[in-house]
Amino acid sequence: MLTWLARLGRAGLSFFERLGRGHLFLMQVLAGVPGLLLRPRLVIQQIYSVGVLSLVIIVVSGLFVGMVLGLQGYNTLADFGAAESLGVMVALSLVRELGPVVTALLFGGRAGSALTAEIGLMKATEQLSGMEMMAVDPLRRVIAPRFVAGVIAMPLLAAIFSAVGVIGGYFVGVGLLGVDDGAFWSQMQARVDWNKDVINGVIKSLAFGLVATWIAVYEGYDATPTAEGVSRATTRTVVHTALAVLGLDFVLTALMFGE
Amino acid sequence: MSQGRENQPLIEIRGLRFKRGARVIFDGVDIDIPRGKVTAIMGPSGTGKTTLLRMIGGQLRPQAGRVTVDGQDVQALRRGELYALRKRMGMLFQSGALLTDLTVYDNVAFPLREHTKLPESMIRDLVLMKLQAVGLRGARDLMPSELSGGMARRVALARAIALDPMMIMYDEPFTGLDPISKGAVVELIRKINVALEVTSIIVSHDVRETTAISDYIYVLSDGKVMGHGPPRTLLESDAPWVRQFMQGLPDGPVPFHYPASDYAADLLAGPG
Amino acid sequence: MKQSTTLEIMVGLFVALGLAALFMLAMKVSNISALNNEDGYEVKVHFVNVGGLKVRSPVTVAGVRVGRVVRIEFDDKLLEALVVLKIKHGVRLPSDSIASIFTAGLLGEQYVGLEPGGADTYLKEGDVIALGQSALILEQIIGRVLFSKAAEGKGQ
Repeated sequence: MLTWLARLGRAGLSFFERLGRGHLFLMQVLAGVPGLLLRPRLVIQQIYSVGVLSLVIIVVSGLFVGMVLGLQGYNTLADFGAAESLGVMVALSLVRELGPVVTALLFGGRAGSALTAEIGLMKATEQLSGMEMMAVDPLRRVIAPRFVAGVIAMPLLAAIFSAVGVIGGYFVGVGLLGVDDGAFWSQMQARVDWNKDVINGVIKSLAFGLVATWIAVYEGYDATPTAEGVSRATTRTVVHTALAVLGLDFVLTALMFGE
Repeated sequence: MSQGRENQPLIEIRGLRFKRGARVIFDGVDIDIPRGKVTAIMGPSGTGKTTLLRMIGGQLRPQAGRVTVDGQDVQALRRGELYALRKRMGMLFQSGALLTDLTVYDNVAFPLREHTKLPESMIRDLVLMKLQAVGLRGARDLMPSELSGGMARRVALARAIALDPMMIMYDEPFTGLDPISKGAVVELIRKINVALEVTSIIVSHDVRETTAISDYIYVLSDGKVMGHGPPRTLLESDAPWVRQFMQGLPDGPVPFHYPASDYAADLLAGPG
Repeated sequence: MKQSTTLEIMVGLFVALGLAALFMLAMKVSNISALNNEDGYEVKVHFVNVGGLKVRSPVTVAGVRVGRVVRIEFDDKLLEALVVLKIKHGVRLPSDSIASIFTAGLLGEQYVGLEPGGADTYLKEGDVIALGQSALILEQIIGRVLFSKAAEGKGQ
């Protein structure tokens, strides 16, 4: 019993220690952000690898998620004779929840894991250490641009996901199932609020982008500099991103839509 | 002031103590590294030779003792001062530590672009000069993954001298190279030391190459300096430990056998 | 360095695409085009029962959307619901207009329908619409229908 308690205590302590180090790390990275204004090229390069390269998976997933929402929503709504509300249902689900959340999960799997692996490998091959010895701070030169790029790319990806999803829902609902074209859009416009729904969705995706990128760069920077350490860190990035995003989503949803 | 400094050693290490976990890496080490000379720090694997370089570069802190570089106490420096000092240090990592997403050219240009506001045309001239010095001007468009180990190390050397540092630290520059590349690196270290008038510090356990180019050698083991002197003196030393290391004898003060119980008794004991 | 311009173009396209998506969410999906918080004047109306009326429910005249509900409160003097409507600027309504709560479809959302009166004066900021017709509550209608059926049965 006592050993069990001790183990629990140790796990708790190491968890908080990691959390603390993660926050210190974030502070140091944020300190490097203003300097990037002078060198936007560094960030642009990273937006390419984090954002542009994630575009395909985001667009394809968004399209299919929207189409599935269209199918499922139609079947349920038609039972209540409210098939015209399909647009509302698809748009609200996407803009409020699925857009930010699914994008963040995909982002963690696609861009986050790549970031962790890249930074971890740079550490394992002494590139970060080498930079330090060249009097270049890797936190500012390597980590900060990637962090900023992630935070910028994530809301854009989420918006693309939602927009493509709505189009997917439209294809299925209007094109395939014969929901009225006008009703689909007008009901949607009547019920989806810019401030309450769209802006809150954007805020969510910003928060997720921050957390997901933070986890990814921290895991990479903190990885044990061996091949095994890097692969473990990559797995951790995906798992922790998913947990953090889903947990944070609940908190944010409660704050935003709880009333 | 600079007049007085000229004759002082560039790097002074006094009473250095460092522990990693329970393992004692350094237990009171004193080392002087003279200006403009090639000084080697030798010792068996795992004696913390690389750790020593990291302390000189301020990446690690000792638990006790002092490292002074050019009159500045490295551990007492603030961040900005430390970075200013590092700009005057070059370091050659064992793996080369080239940035894998940049070409050879961009790797050598990296410190110049980070630390100077030189126009691109001047950077180009400087980079080509440094690459010419290591004989790899023709390889400027290759990526680090396309280089052999020896070439990668030479590119890293070109990068280390890009900012014309006052000193260069070589971490195991000869390990894992074929004889030709090894010869090329030996030649380069000597040439750069003379041509750029830099202080060179070599960390290595390759006795032959190291004795061939160093002016002075420190031999470390078990956290202590076991011996020091010019190469010839050390090679002819009759201190048993130094002799075993320098001549590569399999048995001596460092026993061939890992400590174990009596052999015969062990055999007779049988399983269980 | 060579491919840096294509990289910049790709990133530029990506950002443009993201902003376009946001723009679509704004114009096509949500109601940003419909009405902003600022433009419009507020009028009040009392209802005995607002039913399922909600803040942001539409306000229509002759089926055309002209505004929305901005506040629903309980007036403890009249013991009625006080509903504040925001009407778009430029929509002039006679001051004796009547407000009613309707339901779009059998189970659809509820909205406020305004029926213009014949007065020469027009509603302006802060005015009160005198007549407010309450929502039809489904249970009450069913109750009434059942009641009248029962009465018919007795009469025969």
